[in-house]
Amino acid sequence: MAINLSREIVHSLEREKIKEIGNTNFYLCYQCGNCSAGCPCAEEMDILPHRAVRLAQLGQFSRLIESKAIWVCAACITCSVRCPRGVDIAGFMEACRQIVLRTRKVDHLSPVELDAQLLKELPQIALINNFRKFTG
Amino acid sequence: MEISYYPGCSLKTSAINFERTALSTLEELGIYALELPRWNCCGVMFSQSADNLMLQLAPARVIMEARETGRKRLLTLCSMCYNTLKRSLLFFKRNGEKLKKINAFLKLEERDFSAEGVEVIHLLTLLSELDTSNFKMKIKKIKSNLKVASYYGCLLTRPREIALDGVENPQIMEKLLEIAGFQTVNYPFKTDCCASFQVVNRRNVVKKQIRKIVTSAVRNGAEIFALSCPLCEYNLDSVQQELAQEDETFTPIPVLYISQLLSLALGQDPKLNDFSLHRIDPRPLFKEKGLL
Repeated sequence: MAINLSREIVHSLEREKIKEIGNTNFYLCYQCGNCSAGCPCAEEMDILPHRAVRLAQLGQFSRLIESKAIWVCAACITCSVRCPRGVDIAGFMEACRQIVLRTRKVDHLSPVELDAQLLKELPQIALINNFRKFTG
Repeated sequence: MEISYYPGCSLKTSAINFERTALSTLEELGIYALELPRWNCCGVMFSQSADNLMLQLAPARVIMEARETGRKRLLTLCSMCYNTLKRSLLFFKRNGEKLKKINAFLKLEERDFSAEGVEVIHLLTLLSELDTSNFKMKIKKIKSNLKVASYYGCLLTRPREIALDGVENPQIMEKLLEIAGFQTVNYPFKTDCCASFQVVNRRNVVKKQIRKIVTSAVRNGAEIFALSCPLCEYNLDSVQQELAQEDETFTPIPVLYISQLLSLALGQDPKLNDFSLHRIDPRPLFKEKGLL
């Protein structure tokens, strides 16, 4: 896929937003791939965590916010703990989710769509946690 | 000794057996956990959106309530509450400006919020501080050969700044279980995530993780899991049951809160455990091992 590396795209507003919301400097990443190697959900992702960070470094936010990866992340923080450069990748993922939820104003998950039986069975902490990640 | 205690939502519902056995275990060891007179949900997960201070309000209120009791330490049983409250406390300690903002917001309630003078402590840390010989003396069911796999999950050891033990290879649960006379097993996935809240809409991710974690624990000889997170408990218990129904070769093993095992070893009334809450019934195994 062709990548547009024009000045406007690489210096887009989202990069500052991600830094601010995720409270992390993702430009420190040197692509070692430790985050992707340890990620328990990587198998389900369309873009691996270290590649997602690379896309952000190159300003490719449109691809990032269209990705499935940011929603598959379970925020387990394994990546952030193991990053040799101190990048909080879990915070970075949260920032990507937040940008989608705040700008598009469409929730990733609607509570009404969930199976009634499952809703009864699930512990509160699963539901609240999920809605806090996936709804705006 | 008295200590303030914050239960959180699960400890009053799906994990009621965790609360009962933890409090009775502590009492037996001379610690009286006093529930906060007023409390609210901690927010479940520490907010990762650094710019949204509103999400820090729930844990801030809990911390405020704990400070007002005058007791220095606040006990949590649930791993999630521990993580959220401890991280939130640290957040306010490091961000004086944010603390000021929250205080301005809370002005109408005429309360003073500060991050000083209170400490969040998890049950495991509290138990590990106790005098080992006293603990050992109280153990009534001597030497059970039950092999236990400790499952830490994410929230007790990540991020590093709030870890209650080593990040990659914590030992705190194993040490407690060994004091209580259980055998422990080593397996590589004790701090691997169970995929947590993804159980709501991506159950397949959780299933894949649970299969990996359980298979590895069982191959290393585990007969039972010990943990302290009500969400891990639900995921391990319900998903194992599902996997066993789909696949005959899969061996499910019971999932217990660590305090349930300690309470049994202390010879306390097994009714505290309410075994009906378990999908994978641990009673046959306990009978076989002489714990019931």
